[in-house]
Amino acid sequence: MKPTDTSNPDYFHKVVDCQWACPAHTNVPEYIRLIAQGRNADAYMLNRDSNVFPGILGRVCDRPCEPACRRGRIEDKPVAICRLKRVAADLSEDIRDRLPRAPAKANGKKIALIGAGCASLTVANDLLPLGYEVVIYEKLGETGGLMRSNIPRFRLPPAVLDTEINAIIDMGAELRLNSPVESMKSLLDEGYDAIFVGSGAPHGKNLELPGRYDTDRIHIGIAWLESVAFEHVDSIGETVLIIGGGNTAMDCCRSSLRLGGKDVKVMARKPRNLLKASDWELEDAEEEQVEILLNHSPEEFVIDKGKLVGMKFARVEWHDDGSGRLKAKTLDHIVLPCDDVILAIGQENAFPWIERDIGLEFDQWDVPVVDEVTYQSARPGIFFGGDSAFGPKNIIWAVEHGHQAAISMHKYCHSQSMTDRLPYGVNLASTKMSIHEWSYSNDFDPAERRLMPHVSLQERFKKLDIEVELGFTFDQTVTEVERCLNCDIQTVFSTKLCIECDACIDICPVDCLTITHNGEEVDLRGRLRAPAENLEQDLYVSEGLPQTGRVMVKDENLCVHCGLCAERCPTAAWDMQKSDLVIPYASDEPVCPTKRKAG
Amino acid sequence: MSFIRKPNIAYKGQRTNALGLSMRDYEGGMSTLCAGCGHDSITSALVQAFFELDIEPHRVAKLSGIGCSSKTPAYFLSTAHGINTVHGRMPAVATGANAAARDLYYIGVSGDGDSLSIGLGQFAHAMRRNLHMLYLIENNGVYGLTKGQFSASADLGTKAKKGEVNEQPPIDPVKAALAFGGSFVARAFSGDKDQLLPLLKAGLKHKGFAMIDVLSPCVTFNDHEDSTKSYAHTRQFYHPAVHTDFIPPAEAITINYAEGDVVTVELHDGSKLVLCKVQPSYDPHDRAAALSYLEKSEAKGEIVTGLLYIDENRSTMHAVNNSAVKPLREIPYEDLNPGAAKLVELQSRYR
Repeated sequence: MKPTDTSNPDYFHKVVDCQWACPAHTNVPEYIRLIAQGRNADAYMLNRDSNVFPGILGRVCDRPCEPACRRGRIEDKPVAICRLKRVAADLSEDIRDRLPRAPAKANGKKIALIGAGCASLTVANDLLPLGYEVVIYEKLGETGGLMRSNIPRFRLPPAVLDTEINAIIDMGAELRLNSPVESMKSLLDEGYDAIFVGSGAPHGKNLELPGRYDTDRIHIGIAWLESVAFEHVDSIGETVLIIGGGNTAMDCCRSSLRLGGKDVKVMARKPRNLLKASDWELEDAEEEQVEILLNHSPEEFVIDKGKLVGMKFARVEWHDDGSGRLKAKTLDHIVLPCDDVILAIGQENAFPWIERDIGLEFDQWDVPVVDEVTYQSARPGIFFGGDSAFGPKNIIWAVEHGHQAAISMHKYCHSQSMTDRLPYGVNLASTKMSIHEWSYSNDFDPAERRLMPHVSLQERFKKLDIEVELGFTFDQTVTEVERCLNCDIQTVFSTKLCIECDACIDICPVDCLTITHNGEEVDLRGRLRAPAENLEQDLYVSEGLPQTGRVMVKDENLCVHCGLCAERCPTAAWDMQKSDLVIPYASDEPVCPTKRKAG
Repeated sequence: MSFIRKPNIAYKGQRTNALGLSMRDYEGGMSTLCAGCGHDSITSALVQAFFELDIEPHRVAKLSGIGCSSKTPAYFLSTAHGINTVHGRMPAVATGANAAARDLYYIGVSGDGDSLSIGLGQFAHAMRRNLHMLYLIENNGVYGLTKGQFSASADLGTKAKKGEVNEQPPIDPVKAALAFGGSFVARAFSGDKDQLLPLLKAGLKHKGFAMIDVLSPCVTFNDHEDSTKSYAHTRQFYHPAVHTDFIPPAEAITINYAEGDVVTVELHDGSKLVLCKVQPSYDPHDRAAALSYLEKSEAKGEIVTGLLYIDENRSTMHAVNNSAVKPLREIPYEDLNPGAAKLVELQSRYR
């Protein structure tokens, strides 16, 4: 193998599994260390740089970081990254004077953002400090988009939403509530320099089965959740069936329990391991005695004298049809009684308000064609982000779309190439403080993952807006922060200093180091002290060593970043260096508006 | 040394041996030797050797004298028996222990000072009586614990860290062992575990006194230029004469060797040593030839390593003394101590 090129910022970034997995590349280990030091406000601000909504995401993020967490490969459970983010948000001191501000002098550019959800708000957050005049159009009477209308209050309190959204609006955005955009054409006529569409995927999927339109007790999940959120609906029947196995289904069943549902079942077509809902959301629903029935395929709504009385399902078994696709085989049928049915089987984009003759292209599914780097549509100056760009994803993806679209809009408004974007960078700095002292807590803590305390089952159903998760206690926080392995403190090797004494290899607690003769990657992976079987994790290979010409190989998979290799190294060939990923935002892009104006 | 203990992490995919133990179960306390010390590497090889031989830690007795080397038994097999004896007197204590409990594995860890200066007499007699043990000399050519004076193994002309030149000839433990009747004589290097590991296993399974002189650079006092015991010097003049593979009793020999260069030695427990002669003329059964080869190589500055001499048929101490087959603790007290009346009866035969 060739020596590893650590000058490529991706190499060390990839070692920080959580940061690599996060769409917005939040610097997780650094903010966890800040929490450990009691610097909650600093942790909050560091989060805010990349993910803009730490308080919201600390409760309801989809957490792609956690399945990626190295701790989950060492033992079973990853670090409770999301819960710690909430700690930073809940315990942060007042940070209002640290928030970005709009400059006194505007830059003369005016942009329109459609929808007041997370994607649009991120664009506003990035562009208001650069002097843009920002107008936000929102069809509902409140901000937040899906975060407010679809996520129940017992998971995400409105006060948290208000604080973080207002921090952006108060920079000087012009917010137009109850102002649905009826026509893109007429919006274009208003002369904006750029338009961002962040209107989400507001259309819940329907289920066209017999009996669908013979009753008014069948609800579309996301529309129903919105009605609950804005208090247009305050009750539901005692027996409720939720169709679907995603996170919306979980929100629907738990909301039903708070509006009068006594017997609430989630009906999923697929087996458990194929459900789209996050594990923790399934667990939280089951804790509330929701029954999750698997392998039930809906067939028909049973109506008796104009009244919904039940629903018929086929019970199925899934088989691989040989081509890798699963095929259902019906075993038998079952009718389950119900008063209400809620359909939570997905959502899609809907753009009836965009004229088809103004230069935007729509693909075969009638979704606008959007560039995956610039987020620009086929019509220059119109950008998309969040669920309206590539279909339903989640909040943290929408935030990242917003950041990227903001860069594009900034460059577009200043007539610069949008594909010529600043690259990611990485800074490395040694953490060595003295012979055996590092500027991070390097000792491995064997503690198990802390469990989130919940409001008791007796208390939580009394009102719709009692937040179920209480947040980590002080003791839980203190323990959980030490579980983080500090993967951003990189093991950096200087080949020419090595005397091949084997000290690092002998002390490594997870046997991830080997000195051996070089070879092809497949061969090398099998010859290491512990075979490197996780092919997604890189090998760090040195140049030929000075004394024997062999190579030092590190399997990045299980390294716990304890720094013992560096402590045991007599020549400091190993060093523990903190890698700091430099993420470019709109404010980093060098544009010079005044100069351009003059030109 | 390091400041924190090596954390015990039961990571997924960790190897276990036939006893269900992991390598970590064969480790000991945190080493307080200098970072990069060769002794720590030898410790690590010992951990691996005991692990791979599926030896229960409580069936092992560790013994040592005084010195940096003699600290190392604390760093492996923390659940084994062990004693840190008086300087240079470890062989006598090992002899006593072995006489009483002959069923244990004995491993003595000594250094060039402990074995070649103050303990030279003890070292010689342990070999002469072919005590059944593995005896390691962690050889770095200096007294590290007293800040780097030359030891008895320092080569002629080698320079100390501050520049003094050594003007006395060295005692070579390998040549000494050949002369004193060692039945298993080897030299290895802490920086080459591929060679050291099979030698340690072979030494543990050899019936009789197995002496391995392990060159183990002192990073603090003897790893500079003009030192003949540094990592760099050892690698430059490294001269493996015989490569040893250790094959456990139940396993077949699967490695392909070139015809003619291979000698297979079967040990008493059925395990086999496959000796592959890197130097075709070398014969590890011929003591006189071994000595001559060492002399010639030494003149060229070569550091000869490998299993240099083996004699599986020399009688051990127990055989010569016709001692009890069982360890003493398994013999009933009445048989060990027949009582005062029997003593009187015995004494009366000499009146």
